[in-house]
Amino acid sequence: MRRGIAATALVAAMALAATACGGDDGGSGGDKKSGGKLSGTVTYWDTSNEAEKGTYKELALGFAKKHPDVKVNYVNVPFGEALAKFKNAAGSGGSGAPDVLRTEVAWTQDLANIGYLAPLDGTPALANQSDYLPKALAGAKFKGKTYAVPQVIDTLGLFYNKKMLKEAGVQPPKDWTELKAAAKKIKEKTGKTGLYLRGDDAYWYLPFIYGEGGDLLDTGAKQVTIDDEPGVKAFAAARDLVTSKAAETDATDGWDNMQNAIKNGDVAMTINGPWAIEDTLAGKAFKDKSNLGVVPVPAGSKGQGAPQGGQNLTVYAGSKNLDASYAFAQYMSSPEVQAKTTEKLSLLPTRTSVYSNKSVAANPNVKFFKAAVDKAVERPWIPEGNSLFQAILVQFPNVLTGKTSPEKAAKSAGDAYRKLLKGDWK
Amino acid sequence: MAVDTSRPLDPAAGAKGARGRGGRVHKDGTPPPRGIRNALARHWYAWAMVAPVVVVIGLIIGYPLVRGLYLSLTDANEANVERTIGINHIPATYKTVGLDNFKAILEDQVFWDRLGWTVTWTVCCVALTFSIGLGLAVLLNRRFAGRTLYRSLLILPWAVPAFVSVFAWRLLYNEKNGILNKVLDGGGIDAVPWLNDPTMAKASVIAVNIWLGVPFMLVALLGGLQSIPGELYEAAEMDGASPWQRFRHITLPGLRSVSSTVILLSTIWTFNMFPVIFLLTRGGPGDATEILVTYAYRLSFVNSPRDFAGASAWGVLILLILMLFAVVYRRSLRKQGEVW
Repeated sequence: MRRGIAATALVAAMALAATACGGDDGGSGGDKKSGGKLSGTVTYWDTSNEAEKGTYKELALGFAKKHPDVKVNYVNVPFGEALAKFKNAAGSGGSGAPDVLRTEVAWTQDLANIGYLAPLDGTPALANQSDYLPKALAGAKFKGKTYAVPQVIDTLGLFYNKKMLKEAGVQPPKDWTELKAAAKKIKEKTGKTGLYLRGDDAYWYLPFIYGEGGDLLDTGAKQVTIDDEPGVKAFAAARDLVTSKAAETDATDGWDNMQNAIKNGDVAMTINGPWAIEDTLAGKAFKDKSNLGVVPVPAGSKGQGAPQGGQNLTVYAGSKNLDASYAFAQYMSSPEVQAKTTEKLSLLPTRTSVYSNKSVAANPNVKFFKAAVDKAVERPWIPEGNSLFQAILVQFPNVLTGKTSPEKAAKSAGDAYRKLLKGDWK
Repeated sequence: MAVDTSRPLDPAAGAKGARGRGGRVHKDGTPPPRGIRNALARHWYAWAMVAPVVVVIGLIIGYPLVRGLYLSLTDANEANVERTIGINHIPATYKTVGLDNFKAILEDQVFWDRLGWTVTWTVCCVALTFSIGLGLAVLLNRRFAGRTLYRSLLILPWAVPAFVSVFAWRLLYNEKNGILNKVLDGGGIDAVPWLNDPTMAKASVIAVNIWLGVPFMLVALLGGLQSIPGELYEAAEMDGASPWQRFRHITLPGLRSVSSTVILLSTIWTFNMFPVIFLLTRGGPGDATEILVTYAYRLSFVNSPRDFAGASAWGVLILLILMLFAVVYRRSLRKQGEVW
């Protein structure tokens, strides 16, 4: 038990040391030299996953080809830890904070609200603003200013194992009722489970509530809406999939279990985004890459809807090398880099011009996801946007396994939101 | 902590004159300043030796403690505290709100739910860890072949960093790919949702904490056992005492000073055992295994903007509960004639 304390202290110390190392020479470089040439070091925290990080590292280091005097310090920070780590470093005066951070869209407003981000309007980072998809740019704004450069845009889709569905003689389902029927046939014909539904991440709840015509909040009317009827129905619909055995779920290690299940061919379908394509294709069930099919997330009783997500590039307000950081952010979201990430990882570009690029236009996953993103539901772009997931996360696993009723779960989440949101929220 | 550390130093510092000085000041009516100066002059060396400790403890314990107390009386959060970001300096805009934070927490069912589970968790963990530790210590106190090997094997969990053990357990517990369920499957038993069912998850976290805690109990109690004179047992045997009577009337009383300390320490540690719960279940499924400290962590590190005031208030309440427990526990020991 004593060990416990020592170990915690050790972890904390190591985390501190790691952040300190990561950003030690982060801002040591100079500003623009007299000739307008950039120099110094840019520390970049990338949050891409295991399957993606190699490509991103290579691209980030490629910045030095254009600006030989700038050293890029590439650091891969696990996605789940990046926000807390950045806040710890940025809040304490900034030693150890990166110059450029890959930011989940919902973090952008949070970080801008606290004052950690440099506004990018009028800087080289946001040059040619009209090229960005309007939806992607909307997620980068806070109180009239733009705080981020959109890098990747995404949404959720239904991934399926083509062979398995064919064996069961079913078409990819268009709504949850069809999915239930298909799962039953899949069970009969192949003995496998139809769907893996993540129970330990609130993002996977969103297609259900959008499908019932609801939303977490009505930001216009400043009203909490998750505990209205659609919110309750959404919990009920998700629970129905699990209790009827059409879907399996976990309350811990959901990501690993989901990926293992689809990659090994233990389940026929998952709900996932473009960031999972590369990893999924690495599985033995997809040795033939064309075996992976993607269709829109199944619809609820009121229609189909999936959340808009993505990654932005933000510049730390305390960066000592702002000019180089702006240039780096611009480079990382430039058409060339976006085209490469699409080619290698099937990620969706945020620039309209990139979609006309041949290799991008020919990618079937991009073709599908672009259409899906156009229809995707924008999330509430408020500082608390990311914290909204916490309350759902507390309820979701218990609803899925039938331990909490949908009504109670929706009500608890709504109460938690009213506690979280300051001001005149109803 | 600060108080405990300074206490043994006090008599050492004034070992010779402590009694005399106290009496003189009282009788002669010598003004206290002179007494202090006198003491300083006589024991300057001791004071100089103590000073670094006092300063360090003041910095690493005293300051955060006072700061936490202060923050718990304000509405400070991440967006309104003072901070310097590069060239920007953002001044503090939070204000004092008195005891509002405490009122809000105590009126909230969440606190009472978490407190209930935290107490259950602590009592279960400490009781089981102590019993198992005691059992193993008594076993290992006998002479038998391979005793040293067994002792070192049983201490092994303590040698592995806690977070490594916890991650290993998490792999074992995985419902779909974990070894535990693979083994059960081999025996024809259905998969157990170790961490996915609220009740099972509670049992699972308690099991891991016991696994981590037994070596400490074992070592402490083994030490205690070895300090009990063997003659007592011999005499008792001569008098015809049964093994149970010997255990009940010699071993347990002989261990009292050790066991009272380890139980107090282990209670405090378990009450605040953040890593096991956080790394194993993150408080889940839902919030079934969330204890008070992990919830305070959620407030101050997970929600945005980070709620410093609320988390501090939780911290102060946790501290008060533990202090209350320590005081009551010591009182009850003293009543039994134990000087601790």
